[in-house]
Amino acid sequence: MSDELKFHFDVHGDNFTSAGEASVEVKKKLRQLGFPPDVIRRVSIAMYEGEINMVIHARGGEADVLVYPDRIVIVLEDHGPGIANIDLAMQEGYSTAPDSVRSLGFGAGMGLPNMKRYTEEMNIESTVGVGTKITMVVKVQ
Amino acid sequence: MTVAEMAKELSLKPLVAADETREVTGGYAGDLLSWVMGRAQSGDAWVTIMSNANIVAVATLADPSAVILSEGVLPEENVLKLAETKGVNIYMSEEDTFSVCGKLAKLL
Ligand SMILES: Nc1ncnc2c1ncn2[C@@H]1O[C@H](COP(=O)(O)OP(=O)(O)OP(=O)(O)O)[C@@H](O)[C@H]1O
Ligand SMILES: [Mg+2]
Repeated sequence: MSDELKFHFDVHGDNFTSAGEASVEVKKKLRQLGFPPDVIRRVSIAMYEGEINMVIHARGGEADVLVYPDRIVIVLEDHGPGIANIDLAMQEGYSTAPDSVRSLGFGAGMGLPNMKRYTEEMNIESTVGVGTKITMVVKVQ
Repeated sequence: MTVAEMAKELSLKPLVAADETREVTGGYAGDLLSWVMGRAQSGDAWVTIMSNANIVAVATLADPSAVILSEGVLPEENVLKLAETKGVNIYMSEEDTFSVCGKLAKLL
């Protein structure tokens, strides 16, 4: 499995209007690589939710996408406040999003559940005060 | 039905007509972006009153056939420019979301 392709993105925490750019870029790259539309859609939506979360909740972070012939691995890492209760955060409707972003349409508490729904594997490692690392795998059938 | 046909039937105003030949295969209404990401299907016409730049990223990724802004909502020029560069169809209706969806449902 040494023939993987790797993409790296710095996700800035200060700009909402351009938030999602890394995910849009990944979508474009996967399309060029000829992956099935369903795989591309699931990868880019799961990544978008994670990317937006880093912007809203963690002042930005880093995203790495590893592309293998049979799977795509997305790793999102930030040095934000961390998630104290992961089970609670994973519940549909749970959100600590501030009003300022709710008015833009965020804060439904559906981002993490979407990431789980659209990927085959999802793992969250988080330490309060240190940061959060989320790894997701989408399999190519 | 194509996006152009839908626009005509619903008297929508084209704000960005990037690909009017695209087929409309369903519909979804919602303003909370993560609901749209989780529930809208590729090819749906997405009806919303949200008009900030984030709708372009959502549309790019969730892949609706068109975004329909109801209630006469008009986005800022930079949002329309962004939609143009991403090839996202954006239309506007003077009617409310309920009316737009009711009419769209009959057409589908
Ligand atoms: N990277 C992160 N760092 C710190 N907290 C996070 C992070 N990602 C998620 N959270 C916490 O988990 C909660 C749930 O996240 P989720 O993405 O499901 O909802 P949301 O971002 O609040 O709203 P939505 O995604 O629907 O717009 C957040 O409100 C926040 O408290
Ligand atoms: Mg979220």
